[in-house]
Amino acid sequence: MAYDGESLKVVGTRPIRPDGVEKVVGRANFGADMVMPGMLWGKVKRSPHAHARIKSIKTDKALKHPGVKAVVTAADFPEIASEEAFMGEGPMNFRDLSYNCMARGKVLYDGHAVAAVAATSQAIAEEALDLIEVDYEVLPHVIDVEDAMKPGAPVLHDDLFTQGVEPKPSAPSNIAKRITFTKGDAAAGFKDAEVIIERSYTSQPVHQAYIEPHACIVSAGNDGQCTVWSSSQGQFMVRAYCAKLLGLDMASIRAIPAEIGGGFGGKTLVYLEPVALALSKMTGRPVKIVMSREEVFRGTGPAAGGVYEVKLGAKKDGHIVAAELTVKLQAGAFPGSPVGPACMCGLAMYDIPNVSIVGYDVVSNRPKVAAYRAPGAPNSTFGTESCIDELARELNMDSLRLREINAARDGTKAAHGPTWANIGYEKTLQVARGSEHLATKLGPNQGRGIASGFWFNIGGESSAAVHINEDGTATVVEGNPDIGGSRASMAMMAAEVLGIPYEQVRPVVADTASIGFSFLTGGSRVTFATGMAVTQAAEKVVVDLKKRAAMIWDISPEAVDWKDGKAYPAGPNAGSFEPLSLQEIALKSGRTGGPISAEITVNAQGAGAGFATHICDVEIDKETGYVKILRYTAIQDCGRAIHPSYVEGQIQGGVTQGIGWALNEEYVYDKNGRLDNAGFLDYRIPVASDLPMIDAVIVEVPNPRHPFGVRGVGEVPIVPPMAAVANAVADAIGVRMRDLPLSPPKMRAAIDENEPPRKMAAE
Amino acid sequence: MSKHHVSTTINGEPTEFLCEAQQTLLDCLRDELNLTGSKEGCGSGDCGACSVILDGKLVCSCLTLGVEAEGRTVITIEGIADGDKLHPVQQKFLEHAALQCGFCTPGFIVAAKALLDENKNPTEEETRYWLAGNLCRCTGYDKIIRAVLDAAAVMRGENPPSPATR
Repeated sequence: MAYDGESLKVVGTRPIRPDGVEKVVGRANFGADMVMPGMLWGKVKRSPHAHARIKSIKTDKALKHPGVKAVVTAADFPEIASEEAFMGEGPMNFRDLSYNCMARGKVLYDGHAVAAVAATSQAIAEEALDLIEVDYEVLPHVIDVEDAMKPGAPVLHDDLFTQGVEPKPSAPSNIAKRITFTKGDAAAGFKDAEVIIERSYTSQPVHQAYIEPHACIVSAGNDGQCTVWSSSQGQFMVRAYCAKLLGLDMASIRAIPAEIGGGFGGKTLVYLEPVALALSKMTGRPVKIVMSREEVFRGTGPAAGGVYEVKLGAKKDGHIVAAELTVKLQAGAFPGSPVGPACMCGLAMYDIPNVSIVGYDVVSNRPKVAAYRAPGAPNSTFGTESCIDELARELNMDSLRLREINAARDGTKAAHGPTWANIGYEKTLQVARGSEHLATKLGPNQGRGIASGFWFNIGGESSAAVHINEDGTATVVEGNPDIGGSRASMAMMAAEVLGIPYEQVRPVVADTASIGFSFLTGGSRVTFATGMAVTQAAEKVVVDLKKRAAMIWDISPEAVDWKDGKAYPAGPNAGSFEPLSLQEIALKSGRTGGPISAEITVNAQGAGAGFATHICDVEIDKETGYVKILRYTAIQDCGRAIHPSYVEGQIQGGVTQGIGWALNEEYVYDKNGRLDNAGFLDYRIPVASDLPMIDAVIVEVPNPRHPFGVRGVGEVPIVPPMAAVANAVADAIGVRMRDLPLSPPKMRAAIDENEPPRKMAAE
Repeated sequence: MSKHHVSTTINGEPTEFLCEAQQTLLDCLRDELNLTGSKEGCGSGDCGACSVILDGKLVCSCLTLGVEAEGRTVITIEGIADGDKLHPVQQKFLEHAALQCGFCTPGFIVAAKALLDENKNPTEEETRYWLAGNLCRCTGYDKIIRAVLDAAAVMRGENPPSPATR
């Protein structure tokens, strides 16, 4: 059933989130906030080398240290076969994940886990780490993506042969995969072009930088029953990975979701839980492990960096006739960079007849990359949207006009396959065109950049239950960790369907034993897919409520209407009865067939594509190279905003992460392949004083595949900012920055190259 | 190694605890006193998630030793509300949807209270600089700044409209 925008009473309002109070008074329990009786503290020993063979690990000294109860290494985990997993947001292999949680044979990056200890206190566990003796044979390492692709580069995996090339290579390399997407004939298209622009862009890995470090507490009972309490983007994902990595069946593991202190994709896989579980099984006691911030930087995430080569060919009137995109993406130590989405998203905003896209998934001696908000799309889009701006300058055309001419619209076939329907990209351009922001004048050293972006959004498997309580209030049970206010949107959709006040609906995020399977919180899927399950469960309850009213009135259920939380006779023929409220029906439920409750499982299809257009104003301090963000407007098609404040929040947060990616954030390695900036002082994410207010403009082109018109909103906002900022810098001072981040030293160097400094008078 | 005995006042309550000399105030609050509202995001004073008010001054409890609390007064996130009545900063955080994951929220609320104790009428810029020591990765700060400015208005006796009633 579809709900009409005009008649909505709850959806589209801005109520206070159900879990709000406990979060503002400090009572919400996050990953590190739980303790258990008899609990031990776990700590992980990590590799100081970028690439080394583990010759031996001696644990006897550590085990003799008073208070130490157990030490585990890879030898304590089952050796598992290479097998594709489908729990996470991106491609994953169970064996790689096992090796990532605990190095086996070789360490592949600075920070790779080699052993772990459980002890009676944190301090003792810390001391014990120093007593574990690991003998390494240091191997040559490679950090840079293009260096890693070269013949003769140090090879990380002897069994890695490039997929997607014919014939199959005879030697292993660091190129895990080559993929292609083709539409039309790019070579022929470029022959037709009157203007051709060919540029190369690069970006460095950046961390998701959630403020909550990874944390878990795990209890393995003597009966084999295990409980895992942790902060993650999916308790079912945690259960599945723990079961596989330790050779347990899923029924023996109950995974309970803690409140999650940010994830952005970085908590779609596990690092600590299997290790804590192994230690707990060995000691028979609960084990808690909490990462330090340094461990988070060295051992988890980050998002891929890479190289993006873009070639665009256009007619003088601005019609783009051909495009080529080559993406070389860093996967970190194991295959699985988001090269697929990077290839698919970069040009998805445009209707281009001839397109050729090639992508490479490349391993190097860095931590295994994890998903980060629209994984891959910000990378390639930095390249393509910078190049669109460069093309517009070459054509002497306003870049918004160039986008208007070439915009994808309903019926356009994207290079990666789908034919668009019900998309709102042009609408975002129209809103940008008419915006007050675009009409404001700029001062000296100020510039304005525009960039667009696309993300698929996904649906998938979700479960939800709606229980009517005896007093007529309702409980909504769902299986997706609430990472940014989704409890509110679930309660709002249920309240809308049931016709009761939002405050009378209590949403609960349940553990793996208390609700049906739900794919993790990622892909901007929860309000869409889990919202669909909640809506359908509430609708099923309404059908039941009408049946109960019919029973009380002794009429046919078809003769009952449900409106504003009450049952009414459908018309004069149905009979004349006083309306029955949900509360009255609930009170009598024992006499009309028992409890009123419904659980729905869905595999939601039809997630609506997300498009956005951003406008960014900057001012450059030529002396220091500092780029100040003066004003930022983000216009995005959100389908339908269930809770507009949280939709705006997603947009503002995504934009800010993008600004950090553009201006400051990067992983810096020394010559030995050790991470030089594993802390928030040296890895600088945006702070309040760096930013203006972020204007989030919600465009609503409803998605017909969702009862309320929802399309995902969380990921699109991080896609355009890097190009928007770089385009604004080019507009301000005529300097084109093609290598992120646009940090002050790099800006200064570029400014000096563009305008060589005058010689000092004394010289 | 014998532990140190610390007598202090936390959220108005006389409190005693034992701690190691090197134990931070944050670890004492969380591990010894079960006041887990203060969070550790970095342990190096960069993120502000552990912000507390020590003798009226905003500090990172991860950079303060537990023994430094001796004879002093500490206000943590658990002591910001007046019983069941939320502090205006807490109320405005809720109304403005100024939290997403909520992990940095205790630190921001403590820091904002410290700001408003000192400055009844901060400008947006003053608020942004005061809160520059608190990292939030979810919100982009927009709604946090609006919430704090609105809370300041409420505390001055003004009545800014709530976004929830728009």
